[in-house]
Amino acid sequence: MYCHISIQTGGFDLAAEEAALRQHAGDAGALVVFQGMVRAHDTATPLAALFLEHYPGVTEAEIQRIASNAAQRWPLAAVRVIHRVGSLAPGEQIVLVLVASGHRKAAFAAAEYLMDYLKTEAPFWKREDFVDGSRRWVDAKASDDAAAARWG
Amino acid sequence: MNIRVLYFGRLKDTAGCSEEQLPWAGGNTATLLAQLRARGDSWAQALAEGQVFRLVVNQQVVRGEADIPPGAEVGILPPVTGG
Repeated sequence: MYCHISIQTGGFDLAAEEAALRQHAGDAGALVVFQGMVRAHDTATPLAALFLEHYPGVTEAEIQRIASNAAQRWPLAAVRVIHRVGSLAPGEQIVLVLVASGHRKAAFAAAEYLMDYLKTEAPFWKREDFVDGSRRWVDAKASDDAAAARWG
Repeated sequence: MNIRVLYFGRLKDTAGCSEEQLPWAGGNTATLLAQLRARGDSWAQALAEGQVFRLVVNQQVVRGEADIPPGAEVGILPPVTGG
C-alpha cells in the first residue's frame, strides 16, 4: 500500500491531492475523500481561531501505524493523510484523508477508521482561542473514544 | 545525568513551560509521574489517572510502563484531540 502523511501549517488543494494519489492507486475503483473544517460556533463565545500543536516525529509514526493497521483490515491501494497545525480560522481546512481501494465499502470503512484513530491516537492537541481573548484546551470526547473502540 | 521532559497541550500551562531538564537517578515512567505529581496539587491534578494519555520515551510511544534511561527525551501527553 502506498501511504503519504504530511503535517503542515498550510492548506491543501483537494484536486491536486486526488490527482497525485491516483498516480499510486493502480486500478482502484473507489476513492473516498474526507475533509475536516474548523467550526466557528461550537461554543457560546465564537471562535477566533483553533490552534493545534503536535509531537513532531511521533505524530507521523503514529499515523503510519494507524494506516498500516487499516491496511491489514481492508485491501487498500493508497492512503493520503494531511493534518494541519498552527492557528486556523473558522472555515479553514484542518484535515484530509484520502483512501483508494478496489471497491467502495473498503474505502469508506478505512476512511472512517483512519479518522476515528486520528482523533483518539495521534498526538495532536486543539486549543480554542475565542474572540473575547480567552483560551481553552479542548477536552477529549468520550464519543470519539467510543467511535474508535467499536473497531475492536 | 538529566532527562529532557516535554509537555504538550494543557500540561504546558501546568508546567509553565514546554520542556525542562530534570535530574534523573533512574527509574521508569511510573517513577517520573510520581515525582512530578509530588510537586503539588496542580501537578497531581494535571497528571492524575485519566489525565495522562501516554508517555513517549525517546520517540517510542509507551503502552503500560517503560524504563527511562539517563539522557532520555520523555514526552508527557494529555488526552489527544486531533482530527
